[in-house]
Amino acid sequence: MNRRDSLQKHTIIALVEDRPGVLNRISSKWRQRGFNIESLAVGHSETPGLSRMTFVVDATTDAEQVVKQVDKLIEVVNIRDVSAESIISREMAMVKVQADRSNRNQIIELVDIFGAEIVDVGPDSIIVEITGDEEKIESFIALLEDFEVIELLRTGRVAMLRGSAISHPQEEQEEPERYAGFEPPYSAK
Amino acid sequence: MAEMTGAQMVIEALVREGTEHIFGLPGGASLPIYDQLPNYYPKLTHYLVKHEQCAAHAADGYARVAGKVGVCFATSGPGATNLVTGIANAWMDSVPIVCVTAAVITALIGRDGFQEADITGITIPITKHNFLVLNATEIPRVMREAFHVASTGRPGPVLVDLPRDVLQQKAEFVWPETVELKGYRPRLYPDPEEVAKAAELINEAQRPVILSGHGIIISQAFQELRELAEKANIPVITTLLGISGFPGTHPLCLGMPGMHGMYWNNMAIHESDLIIGAGMRFDDRITGRLKDFAPNARIIHIEIDPAEVGKNVRPAATLQGDARICLRELNKHVQFVERPDWFAHIDELKRAHPSITIRETPELLPQYVIKKLYEATGGDCYVVTGVGQHQMWAAQYFWFDKPNSFVTSGGLGTMGYEVPAAMGVQAAKPGELVWSICGDGGFQMTMQELATIAEYGWPIKFAIINNSHLGMVRQWQNMFYHNNVFATPLRNPDFVKLAEAFGILGLRATRKEEVEPVIRQAMEHDGAVVCEFQVKPDENLYPMVPAGASLAETIDLPAYEDERVEVTA
Repeated sequence: MNRRDSLQKHTIIALVEDRPGVLNRISSKWRQRGFNIESLAVGHSETPGLSRMTFVVDATTDAEQVVKQVDKLIEVVNIRDVSAESIISREMAMVKVQADRSNRNQIIELVDIFGAEIVDVGPDSIIVEITGDEEKIESFIALLEDFEVIELLRTGRVAMLRGSAISHPQEEQEEPERYAGFEPPYSAK
Repeated sequence: MAEMTGAQMVIEALVREGTEHIFGLPGGASLPIYDQLPNYYPKLTHYLVKHEQCAAHAADGYARVAGKVGVCFATSGPGATNLVTGIANAWMDSVPIVCVTAAVITALIGRDGFQEADITGITIPITKHNFLVLNATEIPRVMREAFHVASTGRPGPVLVDLPRDVLQQKAEFVWPETVELKGYRPRLYPDPEEVAKAAELINEAQRPVILSGHGIIISQAFQELRELAEKANIPVITTLLGISGFPGTHPLCLGMPGMHGMYWNNMAIHESDLIIGAGMRFDDRITGRLKDFAPNARIIHIEIDPAEVGKNVRPAATLQGDARICLRELNKHVQFVERPDWFAHIDELKRAHPSITIRETPELLPQYVIKKLYEATGGDCYVVTGVGQHQMWAAQYFWFDKPNSFVTSGGLGTMGYEVPAAMGVQAAKPGELVWSICGDGGFQMTMQELATIAEYGWPIKFAIINNSHLGMVRQWQNMFYHNNVFATPLRNPDFVKLAEAFGILGLRATRKEEVEPVIRQAMEHDGAVVCEFQVKPDENLYPMVPAGASLAETIDLPAYEDERVEVTA
């Protein structure tokens, strides 16, 4: 099978330390395998000093291997491929469309149907903001093609597990008592 | 504590981490450190190498046998980039080294300053972690973390990059009591359920083998591995980096498997019903064609690195943790099983396919030299090798009983490793015998270090197996490229004169009867010796699994019909 044919989209969320270079380290692991990062969103998490990332990667089944390698990075606290899990995912797009008196109402109608929002109106253009899952945004943009799209901008996907499940549980490994005094390798001083 | 400069902090941290030996080469940016170093002698000894690659390899060789983190220094730019091969080597073989590089002043970073290289960017894929320090106050914490990350879990290289102005900056030295890294908590203790499952698989197995790797040596699980083998009655096959993790002369030791492993091992693995992979990663040189690897075997993987589990093979039970701890747990549950048919079968394979035999020839064969080295030392020495045919012959003909005495570049396959790594080994083990078995090609990649060896009086014995070729590459040309031998013949220098130019004793053997006297003379000599053995130029290495073939397709020794075969193994 051709490698390209076997590529699948993976949605991966990671909790990482908020430090310079973290993104470089993570993307380096995907680059090494020739997997393309299709979208990426990063922002602060609920914990100060930690950021949460969502990235969508075109990868083969080897994605699992790369995820494990990314997890090994010192600054990656936790990472999880949520592609097969029940998630809520959202993206945002801003579209600048050519609009004047003649077609403005048609665009407004479309905006209303999709629950989008007009965030800027100029004499011959408007900017529409839309939030939703990928499918919704795709179909909205497809309909806007009847008009002249001047500029399109999309954020990366953000994703979260449904329900009360925690995306990045912090597991603590208990040290069995019988190993008290165990001297790890290279501990000689 | 009083204020000190960044450079002093670096050295203070090294002392606190137990560093005694540093391999390095100074430059403009790293001068603040070198300005302080003499004040710490003899607590810290700095060895001046002639090329930074060798500083990294020496630190690597040192770490492997000292059981401590190896340390190397390089200056900014070319100094740092010269470390790259050495870092990659340590990365592939899980060796804990800390590389301290100096960088151009912070004002010049990213502005193409003189001797600037983005070494943290360059080494991201080949370090376990790296740091660019932009404030001297961070130095104690960073150094502490660097040593912690390098030496714990699956060990590996860590690089700390320090701009010159940070090294000169004064600040208070605050040593952190603990290391806090949210995203780094190596798991050491296996899941008891998996241990029970593994023990059951072992007790049921009819045709089990243990494949023991570098992890046994790293975790110092020598006793525990031996206990498992003896208690459960299972033969032990040692990977290239696993050699000397299990006594070579032990009746259960079968030697090396894989591309140039013993024929009997490759067949035993292929026919086994259980493989216990202990501290090894099912590398392609071990497995041959993966889809035909051990078709009837279930696998128990004892592995500290979660990313290795399931990478190449799907284990039936996984003991994720420190190999020594995992084996201790496992040993509690295993039983002695006789398995007479299995052992008889392996003995029959050994008898029918002896793999390591040296035939009677008029010329001097490379195998003969290595066999004589083994006989002369009894394997009671440290052996360092380069990469290629001589390395494989050393792995085949030396059966070490001394734990952790074989030092070789496995994963990266770095020619030239043999010279600087031997320096690190000798620095870690003064007074012990160190033999560096070299290829004539690899030796010439790092032979400038003979000057370093002469300077510090390291009594390393070099055995150059000189076949006037890049031998392994020539063998591939011979076997797979219609014997189109091109760019592999070497026009070598006079190695004896070369040694003498460095003030080192040079010896040469060109005939069989000269081999033993040369080895004896080398071992009787107090200082370093370079022994050149001029061997048959076109000897091929066997057994061999051709690249992409399965272990079942191992080519054993050819018949050599025109020559009488003498079985010596």
